[in-house]
Amino acid sequence: MSAARRMERQQRRTAWIFLLPLLLTLVAVAIWPLARSIFFSFTDAYLDAPTDYGFVGLENFVEVAEDPVFWGAVRNTLVFTLVSVGLETLLGLAIALLLHRAFLGRGIVRAAILIPWAMPMVVSARIWEWMLNDQFGLINKLLVALGLVGKGIAWTADPSLILGTVIFIDVWVTTPFMVLLILAGLQLIPEEIYEAADVSGVPHWKRFWSITLPLATPAIGVAILFRTLDALRMFDLSYVLAANNENTMTMSIYARDQLISFQDLGLGAAASTWVFMIIGLIAIVIVGLLRLDRATG
Amino acid sequence: MTVSVATTRRYSNATYRTLRRVKTAGLYAGVAAVLVYMLFPYYWAIVSSTKTGQALYQFTLLPALDFSNYRQLFDNPVFMGALVNSGVVALVSTAISLVIGILAAYALGRLHFPPGRIVLIAVLMISVFPQVVVLSGMFEVIGWLGLYNRPSALIVSYLILTLPFTTWILTSFIRDLPNELEEAALIDGCSRLRILTHVLLPLMGPAIASTGLLSFILAWNEFLFALTFILTDENRTVPVAIGLLTGSSRYEYPFGQIMAASVTVTLPLLVLVLIFQRKIVAGLTSGAVKG
Repeated sequence: MSAARRMERQQRRTAWIFLLPLLLTLVAVAIWPLARSIFFSFTDAYLDAPTDYGFVGLENFVEVAEDPVFWGAVRNTLVFTLVSVGLETLLGLAIALLLHRAFLGRGIVRAAILIPWAMPMVVSARIWEWMLNDQFGLINKLLVALGLVGKGIAWTADPSLILGTVIFIDVWVTTPFMVLLILAGLQLIPEEIYEAADVSGVPHWKRFWSITLPLATPAIGVAILFRTLDALRMFDLSYVLAANNENTMTMSIYARDQLISFQDLGLGAAASTWVFMIIGLIAIVIVGLLRLDRATG
Repeated sequence: MTVSVATTRRYSNATYRTLRRVKTAGLYAGVAAVLVYMLFPYYWAIVSSTKTGQALYQFTLLPALDFSNYRQLFDNPVFMGALVNSGVVALVSTAISLVIGILAAYALGRLHFPPGRIVLIAVLMISVFPQVVVLSGMFEVIGWLGLYNRPSALIVSYLILTLPFTTWILTSFIRDLPNELEEAALIDGCSRLRILTHVLLPLMGPAIASTGLLSFILAWNEFLFALTFILTDENRTVPVAIGLLTGSSRYEYPFGQIMAASVTVTLPLLVLVLIFQRKIVAGLTSGAVKG
């Protein structure tokens, strides 16, 4: 018994040694910077002289909360996240169901659909910007040739369309990720269940609702969680397409703007702390829902 | 009785065959539609990158095979420098993350270590939290290290992206390796580090390759830190160089060149992704589904 106990203690010590580089690095690049960001949000520091500051209490938080531009950014981010994750899930599920069937060249097709996901977001934004260009873009030329519109639509310039365009591009980029995760979930469903359904004469449409969907739900839930958290921090797509245009400005762009463009370290830190709290709250709610789902199902 | 006749009606053999043919045709049509949606934009970028002048604005689906956009791009020292910067930054931050990640994964996946759960949850939380939240604190760290406006600033800051990722995925890989070899080595008196480097590491080649590739892609594609911590053109990475490429006005946008740059940056990734496709799928799903 004591030998086993000794070995356990020794394993613990070894584990700490093996984990030391990870823990030190994460403290240096994640936990410390996070703590400093929260610290700065209570000060009036500027980026060019970060050592020269006084404490201002919650003033920065109030100032951000009173800025309508910030709430516009929050609204854009939430609309973007809700719509694009919703569309990606539906489209991802449909494509995953299609690619789950047996057909010639399935392996190559599954590899090929990874292409939009592997590209830098900047490149995807640039390619679609070119395809959607109001004068020379392929999409507009096609629409005009088909007689659907009189002249090209300014997809990336019209204030009422631009958020929709951002969502459209994001759906294109991230659907492959959804497809992959949902496909992996579908592969975990045992074939016998479908055979049993066949024997008992369960109609095809009912199989989807009462076998496939309930059994794939855990995989879909995890995929939605990851994608939601990723969408909430989106920066590059909106920035490349429209810089700090208020119609597509996300929370991340707003916070970076305060910090870099206006050099206001305190305000920028407060804005990013707001972002942290909003995303944290949403994450807690989603994880709670997933747990609930697992507990009741 | 009459109701069940309607649902279990027997078709003739010929009807069955047509039905099946229609179904198969539908399946292939669906797959073709998916492929066009996913791949056409990249194809169009390739086509456009080989056109210049008026040809760029014409609707021809075949490439024009005019490579002057590429020649201009490769003669552009800023772009070529950005390619080198991107490559070095992504390679070095991936290498560091792999070494630290393998060590941590051994402790988290194979040793009896109850606090490991908390470490793993912390790692997962760091990998999903928004980068902008650490931006001001990271600015200070970069300043202290004296790395502002240097590519090495990105190597340091990218660890927040790549390290949680490699740790998480390698832990789930290392957990699935068989126990017997390790026990035999332990009885022979091997140290833990030796077991890791001589017994487990040779078995982890595919896992390390796919994890490394995904981490390389993460670092290669990063935009926010690269935009913020680098001030001058010669130190930029490719995504930022492409993001900031603009013409003298909205109507003189150098689309041909931008497309050539886009194709160039993406090509190495695509080749790697197609080669390692199976491994990437295994890596991504082992992290998300099992965890």
